[in-house]
Amino acid sequence: MTKPKLAVYWAASCGGCDIAILDIEEKILAVADFFDLAFWPCVADFKYKDVAALDDGAITLTLFNGAIRNDENFAIAELLRRKSVVLCAFGSCASDGGIPGMANFYDRQAIFDYVYGKSPSTVNPDKVYPQPLTKVPEGEVYIPAMWDAVWTLPQVVDVDYIIPGCPPQSDQIAAVVGAVIDILKNGKPLPPKGTVLGATESTCCDECLRQRDVKKIKKFVRPFEIIPDPDLCLMEQGILCVGPATRGGCGAKCVAAGMPCRGCYGMPANVRDQGAKMASALASVIDSTDPEEIDRIVAAIPDPLGTFYRFTLADSLLRRAQA
Amino acid sequence: MTFEPKIIGILCNWCSYTGADLAGTARMKYPANMRSVRVMCSGRVDPGFVFDALAHGADGVLVCGCHPGDCHYVEGNYKCLRRIPLTQRLLQEMGIDPKRLRLEWVSASEGGRFQKIVTEFTEEIRALGPLKLRDMKFDMNRPDRYSLMAEPGDKEHTY
Amino acid sequence: MKSITIDPITRLEGHGKIHLFVNDDGSLANCYFQVPELRGFEIFARGRPVEEMARITTRICGVCPDAHHMAAAKAADAVYGAQLPPAAVKLRNLVYNAFFAGDHATHFYALGGPDFVCGPDAPPGERNILGVVAKVGLEAGKKVIAQRAAGQRIIEIIGGKKVHPVTAIPGGMSKRVSKEEQAEMIKLGEQMVEFGKFTIQVLNDVVLANKAYVDMILSDAYAHQTYNMGLVDANNKVNFYDGKVRVVGPDGKEHAKYEPKDYLDYVAEHVEPYSYLKYPYLKKVGWKGFVDGVDSGVYKASPLSRLNVSDGMATPLAQAEYERFYKTLTGDASGKTMVHATLATHWARVVELMYACEATLQQAKDDEITSDKIHNPPQGIVGEGVGIVEAPRGTLTHHYKTDQNGFVTEANLIVGTTNNNAPITMSIKRAAEGLIKKGTPITHGILNRIEMAFRAYDPCFGCATHSLPGEMPLELVIHDARSGDVVDVVCRNC
Repeated sequence: MTKPKLAVYWAASCGGCDIAILDIEEKILAVADFFDLAFWPCVADFKYKDVAALDDGAITLTLFNGAIRNDENFAIAELLRRKSVVLCAFGSCASDGGIPGMANFYDRQAIFDYVYGKSPSTVNPDKVYPQPLTKVPEGEVYIPAMWDAVWTLPQVVDVDYIIPGCPPQSDQIAAVVGAVIDILKNGKPLPPKGTVLGATESTCCDECLRQRDVKKIKKFVRPFEIIPDPDLCLMEQGILCVGPATRGGCGAKCVAAGMPCRGCYGMPANVRDQGAKMASALASVIDSTDPEEIDRIVAAIPDPLGTFYRFTLADSLLRRAQA
Repeated sequence: MTFEPKIIGILCNWCSYTGADLAGTARMKYPANMRSVRVMCSGRVDPGFVFDALAHGADGVLVCGCHPGDCHYVEGNYKCLRRIPLTQRLLQEMGIDPKRLRLEWVSASEGGRFQKIVTEFTEEIRALGPLKLRDMKFDMNRPDRYSLMAEPGDKEHTY
Repeated sequence: MKSITIDPITRLEGHGKIHLFVNDDGSLANCYFQVPELRGFEIFARGRPVEEMARITTRICGVCPDAHHMAAAKAADAVYGAQLPPAAVKLRNLVYNAFFAGDHATHFYALGGPDFVCGPDAPPGERNILGVVAKVGLEAGKKVIAQRAAGQRIIEIIGGKKVHPVTAIPGGMSKRVSKEEQAEMIKLGEQMVEFGKFTIQVLNDVVLANKAYVDMILSDAYAHQTYNMGLVDANNKVNFYDGKVRVVGPDGKEHAKYEPKDYLDYVAEHVEPYSYLKYPYLKKVGWKGFVDGVDSGVYKASPLSRLNVSDGMATPLAQAEYERFYKTLTGDASGKTMVHATLATHWARVVELMYACEATLQQAKDDEITSDKIHNPPQGIVGEGVGIVEAPRGTLTHHYKTDQNGFVTEANLIVGTTNNNAPITMSIKRAAEGLIKKGTPITHGILNRIEMAFRAYDPCFGCATHSLPGEMPLELVIHDARSGDVVDVVCRNC
């Protein structure tokens, strides 16, 4: 009997999701035992042509990490959608755009002008910019055109499940993959389409072990400006923490290590825009009723845009900056 | 043809919506550019409402609530007082003029004030012009599109 | 003219492709190494608080996030003029060595190693971690998993998370280490040192004992006479976390030894239209194209380079191996003669692995790491900072300019593998030239050896706690470039 096929692919990503999968350590043997690998560029030498040669629906499960930011990312997303039964947006980049999504604060021209032009170490007097098609003496070579903005996987193809996190924590991955194997082995039904797997229905605050009290904040400080009390809520000590607007499931490891949450698990359940929700939550805890004082406090919040939308800009309501 | 702004007004039930009603029953004329949405309290106004409105065609958003100290729920409007400046800051950093979002306190008896505010705001937005958000479309039919071999045996480049 | 593309390249850094042009007579006309992606970190860094860059730039690479974390943290320290307490510096060094110990092991056994341990002509099905295990035993596979797990665990203890650590902040670290955690790390360090010794034994038994391999390492097909770059400490010994950048020419003469803040005087980047990745080169020598030699600004930054530019290793077992390395390959144990053989990088990596393991144990035993004085909040701001560390695959430079409040106004990053963009291109071409010859049919062996040329530089990820029956299906489709007709198809496990 043929084993079900597994594919793991990375689009505009960093490889951290692939490492997180491998960090399930000995449990990977159960995975390798149950599935046949069809495609995983990080680890094996299957090429795009091998995927194209498969029948549609030949791959049982695809874990697709990485954002969509060029032609190749999109082409492979479409290809894997056709060839897969279950396609998961794996990790923050595929689900919400992730850190690469911050490029939506700018645009492709801004990136090119700096990287190939104004960067202090770049020497490019002829203003050579990479282009999709280059004529060389021997013929033509090409590279995928970079898009002007970053998109998420669900924005370009139909996605079955979302597994959030940057990366999804390995214990969550083990649980999800284990559940899938169990379902496939025993013929149980899959969860409803669109379910978020490997995360809780609450926020990061629920998993945080720090003591919480009433929040009244008059001044925000940068994480390195003070030595915070290790047992108390960071927000209450004035350190901006995106935990209240972040889906739980990560075990609140960053906060346990003394650093504020930056929202890598994306929107909490039933929230459409993470940054808006964080702004809303923050406004609730600012301790002032005087308009001038409020303006001062708001003006001093360090980088609200880049902090509230660090992982989800591409999936926000406005999706990109306008200027 | 003059540009007719589309404005979303989010009005709290107890003071500002009632104030708007008063303007209506007293037949005080104000521009029809604003569509009203009634919420129980201005503290209910999530920044997401503002982004949603602007992302889907609104050119401006007006939020009205009870005067500080008069909130039916005691503190709700203070939350609004903090949310709106923060939302304006986010808008500005996103490259959208923060003047497209405005917060005003309107009591139940201030029909005239409501008329004045809406008229002013409409003209301000008209002067700012329509909110043109950057195009997010991509053209997959460009000749230089990176093509993936669709079927095995194709004569195209193999990827 | 025929066109052959290998896309995507696999078991290497992120995304890449190779385009080979073959003349009608069967010889190689040219070959192009292309990197098809760009994300724009240097641009969206603008406006971010500089201390957040240590958490943002980890997402440049999820295999070596620790390298970016440290480089960005050091740059942020410089921006704020921070003075770290000694315990914080020790913690950073310890976690960094543990990171190297896990990462280098992964590469040696699962990625580059199989080419080396099993041999370049071994059947594809054997040329992977399973083949290595068959050669050296199942215990080896378990040890590699354990080694990776050990490195990740130490990163979790000190860095907060296994992938994308968070604790390095301007002026120190955000998390203390408890006595229990120290005891755990000492145990892991002991395990690591044993693993380092075991790896050297594997190298001896399987590689060095085989004269054909040694000949291959020394052969011309995989040698490049370029400049070398690496960090050295005050004693000119290899150091991954801190030091000065030393650059030595192919003739053995020192070209530069610079402080991180002066990097722009020495390094520049060239652009080609067919790849998104730029080509760093030595500014004072100049960009002369993809050529070797003392007059070409091309330089390598890799484990081999680091050994070449240093006078030795700071721990005893690694030092012994360093001497053996140079004695075997150059006849001179002092290391004054450079090794130019690309494939020797694998051995250099083992030398570094031994050092990383020994250093991890040594530093874990230092009781000061459990101190509660791990953070000196900085008081002022300088407004600009450069942080340089050695990433496993090359020298990593982070440069930030900020405004008076510490928000980034400009960012410039030169990343580990980027340094080697030109050498990789040259290595691929050299291998392809040597293998794609007039009258020689293109076989599977060619694909293997072309891949080997760049795999020695170490892909940007360590990925193999996991044994896959490496079928490695590879298909080489040769098109006649004029008509587009398929001329030949060579399959391997298709």
